[in-house]
Amino acid sequence: MPTLTASRPLPAEASRPIDTIPITLTVNGSVRRLQVEPWTTLLDLLRDKLDLTGTKKGCDHGQCGACTVLIDGRRINSCLTLAVVRDGCAITTIEGMATGADLHPLQAAFIEHDAFQCGYCTPGQICSAQGLINEGRATSRDDVRELMSGNLCRCGAYTNITDAVMDVLQAEPAR
Amino acid sequence: MNRFDYARAGSLAEALRDGAGDDARYLAGGTNLIDLMKENVERPLRIVDINRLDLHGATELDDGGLRLGALMTNAETAYHPQVEQRFPLLASAILAGASPQLRNAATNGGNLNQRTRCYYFYDTATPCNKRDPGTGCGAIGGVNRIHAILGASPSCIATHPSDMCIALAALGAQVQVTGPEGDRTIAFADYHRLPGDEPWRDNTLRAGELVTGIDLPPDDFTSHYTYLKLRDRLSYAFALVSVAVAMKLEDGRIADARIALGGVAHKPWRRVEAEDTIRNQAPSTQAFETAASALLAGAIGQGENDFKVALARKAVVRALGQAAAGTPQSQIDKRVA
Amino acid sequence: MGNQMKVGIGTAISRVDGREKVTGAARYAAEYVVPDMLYGVIVSSAIAKGSITAIDEDAARSVPGIVEILSHKNRPGEAWFDRSYKDELNIPGTPFKALHDSTILFSGQPVAVVLGKTFEAARYAASLVAITYQEEAHNIDFAVSLAEKFLPKKKRNTYHPPKTRGEPDKAFDAAALQLHEEYHLATEHHNPMEMHASTVEWHGDGRITVYDKTQGSQGVQAYIASGFGFSKKDVRVVNAYVGGGFGSGLRPQYQTQLAVLAAKKTKRSVRVVMTRQQMFTHAHRPECTYSIKLGAETTGMFTSIYGDATTSTSRFENNMEDIVTWGMMNYASPNAGGEYTVAPRDTYTSADMRAPGAATGMTLFEIAVDEMAYKAKVDPLEFRTINYSEIDAMNELPFTSKALREAYREGAKAFGWSRRTPEPRSMTDGRELVGWGVATGMWDAQFSKTSASAKLSANGHLEVACATSDIGTGTYTVMTQVAADTLGLSITQITAKLGDSDLPTAPVEGGSWGAASSGAAVQLACQAVGKKLFKAAKGLEGDPFGAANFDDVEFVDGHMKLKGSDVAGVPLTTIMRSSGENSIEAEETASSGISGMISMMKKARNTHSAVFVEVKVDEDLNVVRVTRVVNAVAAGRIINPKTARSQILGGVVMGIGMALHEETFADVKLGRWMNHDYAEYHVPANADIYDIEVLFVDEPDPEVTPLGVKGLGEIGIVGTAAAVANAIYHATGKRVRSLPITIDKLLELEK
Repeated sequence: MPTLTASRPLPAEASRPIDTIPITLTVNGSVRRLQVEPWTTLLDLLRDKLDLTGTKKGCDHGQCGACTVLIDGRRINSCLTLAVVRDGCAITTIEGMATGADLHPLQAAFIEHDAFQCGYCTPGQICSAQGLINEGRATSRDDVRELMSGNLCRCGAYTNITDAVMDVLQAEPAR
Repeated sequence: MNRFDYARAGSLAEALRDGAGDDARYLAGGTNLIDLMKENVERPLRIVDINRLDLHGATELDDGGLRLGALMTNAETAYHPQVEQRFPLLASAILAGASPQLRNAATNGGNLNQRTRCYYFYDTATPCNKRDPGTGCGAIGGVNRIHAILGASPSCIATHPSDMCIALAALGAQVQVTGPEGDRTIAFADYHRLPGDEPWRDNTLRAGELVTGIDLPPDDFTSHYTYLKLRDRLSYAFALVSVAVAMKLEDGRIADARIALGGVAHKPWRRVEAEDTIRNQAPSTQAFETAASALLAGAIGQGENDFKVALARKAVVRALGQAAAGTPQSQIDKRVA
Repeated sequence: MGNQMKVGIGTAISRVDGREKVTGAARYAAEYVVPDMLYGVIVSSAIAKGSITAIDEDAARSVPGIVEILSHKNRPGEAWFDRSYKDELNIPGTPFKALHDSTILFSGQPVAVVLGKTFEAARYAASLVAITYQEEAHNIDFAVSLAEKFLPKKKRNTYHPPKTRGEPDKAFDAAALQLHEEYHLATEHHNPMEMHASTVEWHGDGRITVYDKTQGSQGVQAYIASGFGFSKKDVRVVNAYVGGGFGSGLRPQYQTQLAVLAAKKTKRSVRVVMTRQQMFTHAHRPECTYSIKLGAETTGMFTSIYGDATTSTSRFENNMEDIVTWGMMNYASPNAGGEYTVAPRDTYTSADMRAPGAATGMTLFEIAVDEMAYKAKVDPLEFRTINYSEIDAMNELPFTSKALREAYREGAKAFGWSRRTPEPRSMTDGRELVGWGVATGMWDAQFSKTSASAKLSANGHLEVACATSDIGTGTYTVMTQVAADTLGLSITQITAKLGDSDLPTAPVEGGSWGAASSGAAVQLACQAVGKKLFKAAKGLEGDPFGAANFDDVEFVDGHMKLKGSDVAGVPLTTIMRSSGENSIEAEETASSGISGMISMMKKARNTHSAVFVEVKVDEDLNVVRVTRVVNAVAAGRIINPKTARSQILGGVVMGIGMALHEETFADVKLGRWMNHDYAEYHVPANADIYDIEVLFVDEPDPEVTPLGVKGLGEIGIVGTAAAVANAIYHATGKRVRSLPITIDKLLELEK
């Protein structure tokens, strides 16, 4: 059988010094001035540098939705955006959803409907549901099911997630 | 992910200056490029962040068409009132793709340039002529359930993954680009290319060129259109086969029909001669089957994807029926209309 | 009765860990902050078999921030003997030892770990490690591996050989109705949402704390101690929150080995997290081929059942499942038999995945049952009652309880089964063909020796603790409810602790024994605290309980009171105060004991279910939608109907995935799984899941386990995929015998 070699030429960039870039983010209402390496994703910044580990890494490739956060009110996958690109943005993570001891209505509805089991996809589901509400495009269960499909739940809590989101949607004042 | 220089372009001129050279990549929404960089498929030495460029809006064109800024997100585009009202086929196709989160980040320019989902292209431990020219095609004789049945070459059988682009192909959009040698307009049919013996080239952009916008012609396909997507689960999956149809009916006859296929080739698959077969015909299953045959002439599977030939034929017939009847496929209700 | 009825056993309270989970406060293995920690990124083998001939680390080491690169060449010493790496599951064979030597056993095998001061540095440097391999011939094609199938001499200790009764061959040959078909299940990967991760905290004094994604903290503790040269007391394993398991965390996974080796090498804290792609390089449900021969009378009564199944394993371990036994146990046929073998391929060892064996064997068998019902022209539900067995027909043992008949009846009623027209393609809704299918599910009701402690503080707060895990199963909540029930406390007065090897002994969380076992242990510990309280109450002023015995008192609303008395009794805090103790504590062990062991051999203990499924299938395009599911479950006593229902919902969703979506594709030339990510390995998304109704039928069973609980983690998946397959047949007339039922398989049947 053949020998297989996966060698690469030594890239010049390997040993280059790292220039960090100053950025400002408003994270859950607090202004954060940060120095970031350009290849740091928003997800890794939140988890490793800001200890906001409520935002989960489920695939790191935009294929599961566990890392969903709100950027200027819109839901995105934080794993697929570089932190440096979001300079100046307002980020809301799961840690910023509750008001003091009062849970956000989505958080309360998720508990009430048992819309999770292991809890790992849950922060992403809740941020995604807030994004869905902000978008104002969902009214029916079918809408919610389709528009929450960017958040996988391997525990299979989907029917309860839909129930929880519907509860909050229906309680929202008409937009 | 490798290390790179990061440059934030404040103007098109800065973007073009910083984007020159094979090792640079323009970064917009990042949903595909960052993904590929994490897989070490893309290893650019310079990232040019173009998100600050003024390419975010939609503007009316003199001919009644609509120009979509390259940096409008897919979601902004799909939900733009002008797009919803005048180009519902495009809105529908966008909403059939990816997830709300991805559509909120992915841009129109990026959607055009997204790369194949071929397993081998994505996995640097495997051969792939598109990723590493000359290493061979792992998918030929390999796992090729999702691969091309039309326009493939012995060096590559990858498919183009976009939903949006299938609608743009049917609508006859034009791509506005700018580059070191100035601005130019590329007809949508000429934008993406077949793999031939240069599968690493997905499109006809020249070095350093940047998509600035997409022009939608003013044709009215608001009554008879559909985007039908068939996939392995009901949402958040790439198409096995998708069909975009834009049609005009006059006096019960088909005055114009555009049919584009996704998931079957290295580019959105359109054949004018197939569309010609139903021009001036009354809508009928027989006519639709004739068109499907013409569109799929020469289609051939690679083994695991043989089923796509039959599936595509059925999908074309059904989609033409949906368009003719004015009952476009909903992207919410998963029943096939 | 008082407040405790609202929280105790049988009530649908919300998860007690819900707030932690919805606020993002719950920390999982990769989320513990440990000072001065290195990030480890795993380099995976590009080849399936052979050996490493060279590793070029120069480029990787030149990346600023890289501290060490660990491979077989420089890893620290580890234990010598295979037995040192045996885990709780004790799979026969040679356990995989990461970075042990240059040998490559499977594609994606970890071959190096790059350790950097930042994740980003390690990730980049890992991409620069260049490895040269000498490749050898390999095979991961299951069909090819069947040529080497065999029955291992040394069996897995959970394996049950099929017991032949009567003369199945002869009876089959003589049967009026015969069915002989091959069924197949694709390889599946568990894919819990949380990727496998370990954070090793290096304390510098010989002790380590390992925050690990595992279903059993103490199993990992013992494994690290014996395999990696630690004294057990110096290893603490914490898994307070686990982002799903489904069996992938039953055995210590290789990231634990790598993180411990790296910490030993660098004498620093280390975190190693797999990528989603690497989640496809270890545990997976074995691929299965199952040949089923059924004989029946024209009435539909079985005369013969015979199954011959093979499941995939690796070259280095023999993972075994019970495949053919389920049908033999569940149906009353005078003749039944079976064979089972494993087929080795060059992958990581297959593993237990939600209802291992039954999810495959019972499900595939239930498709064959449906086929035989059609041959007999008997309604598929009626067919199952015709062949109903009141006893475990293979082991000829009575059940402690079996309310499957009630599950059939109540499920059918809720579903509206009586409105079904029997002919395939006879029901439509617009352009869609409608199909209704049914299947039976069966799983073990297990119990496992478990200890728990209870500690009542002077302020009336109770802490219960057990080293079990909550992998989404609701164990925190179950423990809390049992404690509330036993000592008459409210939920807010109780803290449940689990997921820590320092806590009282518990087995790995799996097999659906968690609630029954840890619940029983908590009850015993709380009862012991209650007895101590009763003793302490003897010292109360005025001796309010006088001559009463412990059996004469009960605990209600935070009080101890005489049974039947209208008087509220004495607050527990008062008793505590008078006792002068800061706390009263007890630790107890729930075990089946010798009498229990004997009773276990005399009776079968199982959960059962009846799954009803409606599908709608586009006639031309073969797009399948599972629009309605009713799963009627007979599982003894339900501690918490809310979390119990979720367990079943989850099983059903995974069953729908098994039916329609889940399959890992092998490139047989490369020996590699190719769709190794969430984009191309499809699990159901929200849009795939319509209405699911869960029913628990009444099944009192004081005998099965101390609490009468049978467990629910697995029964929900068993049979679900068969009900979907059977519904698709009813809708379309197309019988697909290979799961998942993808659009191409349905199209193929039109040829």
